[in-house]
Amino acid sequence: MSEKATVSITVNGKVHEEEVEPRLLLVHFLREHLGLTGTHVGCDTSQCGACTVHIDGASAKSCTVFAAQADGSEVTTIEGVGSQDNLHPMQEGFWEEHGLQCGYCTPGMIMSAINLLNENPKPTEKEIREGIAGNLCRCTGYQHIVKAVQYAAEKGVVR
Amino acid sequence: MTAAERPILPKLVGERIKRREDPRLITGHATYVDDLKLPGLLHLAFKRSDSAHGVIKNIDTSAAEQMPGVELVMTGKQLAEILGPMPIGTPFPSPDHYAIATDRVRYVGEPVAVVVAADRYLARDAADAIEVDIEELPAVVDPEKAMQGEPAAVHEGFENNLAVPYVPGGTGVDPATMEVDNSALDKAFAEADVNISQRMTNQRLAPNAMEPRGVVAHWEPGKEQITIWSGTQNPHILKTMIAAQLGVGQHQVRAIAPEVGGGFGCKINIYGEEYTAAAISRKLGAPVKWIEDRSEAFMATTHGRDILAYVDLAAKRDGTVTALKLRLIADVGAYNMLLTAAVPTLTMLMLNGTYDIPVVRAELTEVFTNKTPTDAYRGAGRPEATYFVERAFDMLAHELGMDPADVRRKNFIKKDAFPYTTQMGAIYDSGDYETALDRALQNAGWEQLKQERDQARAEGRIVGLGLAYYVEVCGLGPSASLPTGGWEHAGVTIERDGRITATTGSSPHGQGNETTFAQMLAEQFGVAFDDVTILHGDTGVVKQGIGTFGSRSQAVGGTVLMNAGEKVKKKMAKFAAAMLDANEDDLVFENGMISVKGSPGSGKTFAEVASFAYVPVPLPPGVEPGLSDEAFWEPENNTYPFGCHIVMMEIDRETGEPRLTKVVAVDDAGTIINPMIVDGQIHGGLAQGIGQAMIEEVVYDEDGQLVTGSFMDYAIPRADDLPWFEMDNTVTTTPVNPMGAKGVGEAGTLGSTPAVVNAAVDALSPFGVKHVDMMLRPEKLWRLMQGGGA
Repeated sequence: MSEKATVSITVNGKVHEEEVEPRLLLVHFLREHLGLTGTHVGCDTSQCGACTVHIDGASAKSCTVFAAQADGSEVTTIEGVGSQDNLHPMQEGFWEEHGLQCGYCTPGMIMSAINLLNENPKPTEKEIREGIAGNLCRCTGYQHIVKAVQYAAEKGVVR
Repeated sequence: MTAAERPILPKLVGERIKRREDPRLITGHATYVDDLKLPGLLHLAFKRSDSAHGVIKNIDTSAAEQMPGVELVMTGKQLAEILGPMPIGTPFPSPDHYAIATDRVRYVGEPVAVVVAADRYLARDAADAIEVDIEELPAVVDPEKAMQGEPAAVHEGFENNLAVPYVPGGTGVDPATMEVDNSALDKAFAEADVNISQRMTNQRLAPNAMEPRGVVAHWEPGKEQITIWSGTQNPHILKTMIAAQLGVGQHQVRAIAPEVGGGFGCKINIYGEEYTAAAISRKLGAPVKWIEDRSEAFMATTHGRDILAYVDLAAKRDGTVTALKLRLIADVGAYNMLLTAAVPTLTMLMLNGTYDIPVVRAELTEVFTNKTPTDAYRGAGRPEATYFVERAFDMLAHELGMDPADVRRKNFIKKDAFPYTTQMGAIYDSGDYETALDRALQNAGWEQLKQERDQARAEGRIVGLGLAYYVEVCGLGPSASLPTGGWEHAGVTIERDGRITATTGSSPHGQGNETTFAQMLAEQFGVAFDDVTILHGDTGVVKQGIGTFGSRSQAVGGTVLMNAGEKVKKKMAKFAAAMLDANEDDLVFENGMISVKGSPGSGKTFAEVASFAYVPVPLPPGVEPGLSDEAFWEPENNTYPFGCHIVMMEIDRETGEPRLTKVVAVDDAGTIINPMIVDGQIHGGLAQGIGQAMIEEVVYDEDGQLVTGSFMDYAIPRADDLPWFEMDNTVTTTPVNPMGAKGVGEAGTLGSTPAVVNAAVDALSPFGVKHVDMMLRPEKLWRLMQGGGA
């Protein structure tokens, strides 16, 4: 293809220097180059939000960002949010409140929901619904996701 | 630890147990098909038709073939040399359907060539470099014109595009001869006080599981075996079909459904891309992967619904319905897929609804058009039936000036009438329709809501109330009703350390069977929830199975799991009896111990009994070593869960935008294992049912071009489109299985859709509106308020 570009991207606290095609999407950089497959692809028009990650602390749809654009950035993916032994309160909320079924939208949904609470730590139900409206879920009807976010809000999400 | 010190285990069945599946899913460690990597993995991309209908004149693959990294390019004709036409699961005559079109294309998105390349981006580039010359034919888009043979024939040999020419059913139809006697029908309509007559559509939908389809196929030369990973609802059916298509034995195929990101019916069918991947892997002796783009999914994954009905209802002035007649026309798209032709027959089957209607007649025709083929979509035939019946009942209520709840109550099949054989031939297992209706009315505050609506109207606002009642056919089913076989399989093993491992053929894709099935088994054996593991989705591990669809996992898969467990439990009792020098009938299994009734301190732990069973010295007489068994089970009948959904809607007078202000659901799925999971299933169904009513519609233009080809043009509900769902349930158990569970996966989609449309029509009734077809596009509602047609 075309000439390669060198990028240096910090993902979940670890610096990665890679040669990439300029057109390589950040989501494919994460999934294919780094093997971080928790970030999913659910559409090709930036509607579904399954690929949501944090770039420099704010949520972004990683299918809409070239890896080259993230050069020099700090990226957090679902793998960097919490672990099995040390779940993030938002992950805990999704588990406690049955905020997921098939789980495919879940990583992106959790990343968006964390971003929402970072901006608005005590959102109303309406604000939660609006805050996650950029993430599509086909399984849950969203009600248990709203409860999951409320659970995390009550616990207090401090980043 | 002695028995007395062992903790008393909590009750599990019927409890809100957190899901076993979730830790891997919420941390990003689950493995979906696209997460798989194999050494030497090649990637497939399909070149798809831009034309709805045409003759393939030429395909120029030279540019693609010359790209570095491209391993192989195949047209449909080339692939047909190693892959025959695809099998289907219904008995109707069907045109040949190749995985890749050979001479004609029949819908936008039909594959015309496939590329194999070293990397995904390259495969896409190469597919885009293929030039296809198609001589356009007129696109067949309108099913009612198609039935007249206009404007063209989709398939040779299928006159007037009739996929299923004419199937009558119900009152006056002899099921053996299909002879039709209209006398009862004619009499009922002639003597009716009120006739309701309405053409209604149930529009085409795109299922849109959030994980698009995907497949990895790996033929291992020398071993002569293939492993196929696919986002499928039914790996055992996939295995069977792949073996048949490759012409190999079933022992040479292992099918694995890894984590599957939703199905909703569209991942039942076995698709051309799966066969293609398998055939190419075998040809190249290398593993290949294909992952669907969302834009491809809109074109190439089966659609749902798309059936229209001419509905006629006859009634007495007091609201008693005396006859119902439906002329059904299903637009099945370009080809028959696995269950395509069967879905509308489920609509026919359920046309009695929850009502004791003495005369019910349906006549079904299925029509080919130049659109994506249809197949199962959540509810598969039953939401369509419910919609037509419940709209007709609401129109009757409106005509008579009766409360919609009263019209339904008047015609309900009474609680003591079960089992009840409908005019359509279904045998409803059990039901208590009035109790669930009363509960829904009470929870909604129906009388209060009516006052609020009237008050709002007096203020000039556009507000409506909608109620719908449903019954659906679930727990599919006896093998006579399912071409795949209607049974399910399970295996239960007590491991040597006393823990339990079970296998189930009900391979889930979000339903949480790893949790609910573990709840059931743990309670059956009296062990801790954490000591039970459920395995599924791998035909190399799970010996046999059918799959997850038709709300059958709990009713069929759950029952057979209990049966397998019972066999093992009986054998385990023999070992324990020998160890305890007791009678096996006197033993109790509780708190991880097997002990003699009345003396819990004297028992043996599971680990002790298991250890003995695998090194049995001395072997008790008449017993084989080991603790493992399996079971098959097939129900004698389907199950028939039911429920009532109520919604309130306000429509913006200026913009026509509808907004739901209340959703109340009372569902009866029989016995419930995990109420949290059941709520989640119904929530999701409600959202999809509401989505159909309000915002979802697959649209083709007159040239057969797919207008709604992405999430930019096809809406599915977002979090802020939906109000809070007020949930409740009643429990009417089924006699069909020992647990009394009926199934719940599809229920939410049934009542919600007609309830929403009933609310919209109620809201618009001051404008003289008696019916509006879905979806409830604001512009359409606005025009109706301006006195124009929809």
